[in-house]
Amino acid sequence: MDARIKEAVRYLGYGGHAVDEQTLALIEDSFRELDRAADRRIIYRIFDVIQGEAEELAIGNMAIVSRNLKKNLRDCKEALILGATLGIGVDRMLKRYSLTDMARAVVLQAASAALLEEYLDACQKKLQEEFAAEGKYLRPRFSPGYGDFDIRNQEMILRMLQADKSIGLTMTDSFMLTPIKSVTAVMGISRKKENCPIQGCENCRKKDCIYRRNT
Amino acid sequence: MIKDRLGKELLFFDGGMGTLLQERGLKPGELPEIWNIEHTEEVFDIHRQYFEAGSDIVLANTFGANALKFHSDEYELEDIVTAAVVSAKEGANFGVHDGREVYVAMDVGPTGKLLKPMGDLSFEEAYEAFAETMRYGEEAGADLIHIETMSDTYEVKAAVLAAKEHTKLPVFVTLIFDEKGKLLTGGDIPGVIAMLEGLRVDALGMNCGLGPEQMLPLLEEVLKYTSLPVIVKPNAGLPKQKDGVTYYDVEPESFAKTMKRIAELGACVIGGCCGTTPEHIRAMTAACKGLAVKEPEKKDRTVVSSYGRAVEIGDMPVIIGERINPTGKKKLKQALKDHDMDYLLKEAIMQQEKGAHILDVNAGLPDLDERAVLEEAVKEIQSVTSLPLQIDTVNGEAMEAAMRIYNGKPMINSVNGKQESMEQVFPLVQKYGGVVVGLTLDEDGIPETAEGRLRIAEKIIAEAAKYGIDKRDIVIDVLAMTISSDADGAKTTLEALRLVRERCGVRTVLGVSNISFGLPCRPVVNSHFYTMALQNGLSAGIINPASEDMMRAYDSFCALMGYDENFERYIGKYGGRPAENKASAAPEPSEMTLASAIEKGLKEEAHQITARLAAEMEPLEIINQELVPALDRVGKGFEQGTVFLPQLLMSAEAAKNAFAVIKERFMGTDALTERRDKVILATVKGDIHDIGKNIVKVLLENYSFEVIDLGKDVEPETVLQKAVGENVKLVGLSALMTTTVASMEETIKLLRKQKPDCLVMVGGAVLNQEYADRIGADFYGKDAMQSVYYAQKVFGRE
Repeated sequence: MDARIKEAVRYLGYGGHAVDEQTLALIEDSFRELDRAADRRIIYRIFDVIQGEAEELAIGNMAIVSRNLKKNLRDCKEALILGATLGIGVDRMLKRYSLTDMARAVVLQAASAALLEEYLDACQKKLQEEFAAEGKYLRPRFSPGYGDFDIRNQEMILRMLQADKSIGLTMTDSFMLTPIKSVTAVMGISRKKENCPIQGCENCRKKDCIYRRNT
Repeated sequence: MIKDRLGKELLFFDGGMGTLLQERGLKPGELPEIWNIEHTEEVFDIHRQYFEAGSDIVLANTFGANALKFHSDEYELEDIVTAAVVSAKEGANFGVHDGREVYVAMDVGPTGKLLKPMGDLSFEEAYEAFAETMRYGEEAGADLIHIETMSDTYEVKAAVLAAKEHTKLPVFVTLIFDEKGKLLTGGDIPGVIAMLEGLRVDALGMNCGLGPEQMLPLLEEVLKYTSLPVIVKPNAGLPKQKDGVTYYDVEPESFAKTMKRIAELGACVIGGCCGTTPEHIRAMTAACKGLAVKEPEKKDRTVVSSYGRAVEIGDMPVIIGERINPTGKKKLKQALKDHDMDYLLKEAIMQQEKGAHILDVNAGLPDLDERAVLEEAVKEIQSVTSLPLQIDTVNGEAMEAAMRIYNGKPMINSVNGKQESMEQVFPLVQKYGGVVVGLTLDEDGIPETAEGRLRIAEKIIAEAAKYGIDKRDIVIDVLAMTISSDADGAKTTLEALRLVRERCGVRTVLGVSNISFGLPCRPVVNSHFYTMALQNGLSAGIINPASEDMMRAYDSFCALMGYDENFERYIGKYGGRPAENKASAAPEPSEMTLASAIEKGLKEEAHQITARLAAEMEPLEIINQELVPALDRVGKGFEQGTVFLPQLLMSAEAAKNAFAVIKERFMGTDALTERRDKVILATVKGDIHDIGKNIVKVLLENYSFEVIDLGKDVEPETVLQKAVGENVKLVGLSALMTTTVASMEETIKLLRKQKPDCLVMVGGAVLNQEYADRIGADFYGKDAMQSVYYAQKVFGRE
């Protein structure tokens, strides 16, 4: 089974259970549809990191107070900020199916989440290789809203990336990204090689989560 | 005056601003407009350099100066805009040495927010924000308004209307297209042009996104469609990345060379965007010196558009779907009365799937606030389909409201030869743009002869010209009269079609189905009349795309007349079918029970089996013996972890199909007087993720609750009003994030105070029992089935 299909099955809450054939067919079909509808775009830039007092730090012009992010960026003098989206077409498709076929809408939702992760992982891998050539290493993606990294930082991140005009990525008044299938994240750049897996799911302390990978 | 020179001589814009400010110390994320006050001399100096390099038009540093994007505690927006325009004017004073006439443009960029229905910014709020900043710009002395770097036609429309209604300045518009000629929001070049020409902007074109080379093929496409002067402002090449920094590497000389070709092709106003510098502009103006401008040619295409596509009403006929019009449609009437937008949306999706190109939308019913309903229907339908819409109403207010908020260039149904009608409709078309249907009737009624109808068509076209409405934006409806009351009705209509096409040279439209009113087996007559009308020059038939007879007539006509290249459409649809339609043969008798069809989530089978059962069983028997037990088993399986969400929902959809059959069969009879307990569902204010709420909705409906779905991003007051108005006992609220749980709490508090007998259940990714308790909810549903069980308990149905 493809990695992306496995991820989608996990997002659908199957846990360790085998997926039935009907759902599997629906997942496969959803990925086919997504490959047509998704308009994958990414923008990233690199900024200096200034480690401040206590829980304070700054990435470029963005002042942040966050213990978790600071821990994540320990020993990093630079950080990469990225925004990525599957585009508005996916939102429209989800809305349509919410009216005509809720089962498909739910599967599409899971498949598009998996697709976005897959896209980000692929981009990250490519960047990783580029940086490795310079003896630099990327830390895992850390997004506004994780832990104590305030989601309100979303506004500055989007502005630093000029994400609206470059990839059509915007946010609502409550700091939610639009289009819905989008991500912003910070990745530390360090000279120290640390054991950093691409994904963060296994790191989570919520061991009984039904969405957990490899349970 | 710039308007006098536009399209007559080549005019030069300036180049990039942001990159130059960054070189001078502007930090990423910092608001560049603050520099208008804090670093006036730098902003002034950049403008001066551009004027010296030969720019005729310079953009004031106001790209992000709107209340939605510019958030500063220190500076007032008005001061920022004024300082920007003053700096640019000063730049002209010091930078123009040859006495040429130059202009300062108020630069208007996007709000940085996504408009409703996909985002949370309303059209009206966007409009207000643009209007405010544009007023400041005009007061400060800007000579024109340049709306640029846009990706969303809806936002552009709000900006253009704001400029037109709040200033007297000329309006230029440029958008970002990708290499395929698409906007980030999906729009295409013909669609964008149709809308902008309809809105009567002064010049249009593209900027940013691409370099000059990549814009060449797009420019050809633009010139094919537009009659207006074209603006081209590329970046200095495609963006490249090095060390996480974006840069552009097309050198001034090479930039200038391509810009010269762009001017020779037919662009009238040229300049640069990101990465271009005064050096680029100097090289460009030098290369283009003395170049005569190619004056824009008038095009006569009849085009309507939506946010996502253009539809040309040309030689190949198009289909206008007639299903969203309550006349003679009981279910739609009921849906409109009940405010059941989902029904309309499903009709829209169905018609698109069946092959309609444009959808008629009519919400005219006595006792209905047509203006509000039509406006809402248009907005909602545009959130699920990219087909252009035909706004169908005789109510002038409703027409204007719908035209205003329509995303694109709509079709308007209709105007007629009565002076009063023309005086009402034409000013709207003049202002908002649109292709208007002209009915050939006037104060003396409908002429009995084809010549009489032709004369009215000519009158309509002549009168429209007085408003600056070209005949390409008029399609004539010669009216299909019922043959059962006038034996010559069809002949006259066909003759009139031919005459109007030949003599007026306009496209035509017809409500085809009228012809058979009062006759049995109407599709037979309709489909043949449809073919005859197409043969006599009908461009757009208003028909039911779900009617197989009509679609066969259309598909055959296209195949026969060379509109179906390689018969792709025909073979795609009819290939592999038996020559004789055996639709009358009964479907294979199946061993499957309804209950097992539902448990397996088989929609089609559930439909067929229910249809069979309904002939021999009472509705309540079907529901209680088959439907509900099956749903209960699936629900239990879900709870026990043997059935998963997609399967639960497949079953729910199958059950929905079965219910639909039962409802249709027994509607209005005593056999189906079920108790409909009402439940309100809403995704709370600030939250736009509604999939969880939609899951709960489908399941609750399965268990025959009447769900009042208030949608997403719902104000607490709206929930309260509905709960009070409909006297609802149970409200379900959903929220995704901690930031929006606050609005959930607010909604609960409001309900407690004003409608204490109303219970509240909550759910969503971020919630748990503890959280739910803290915000005062009555119940926390950890999954969708839990909400169903709770609702059953609340209404004593256990």
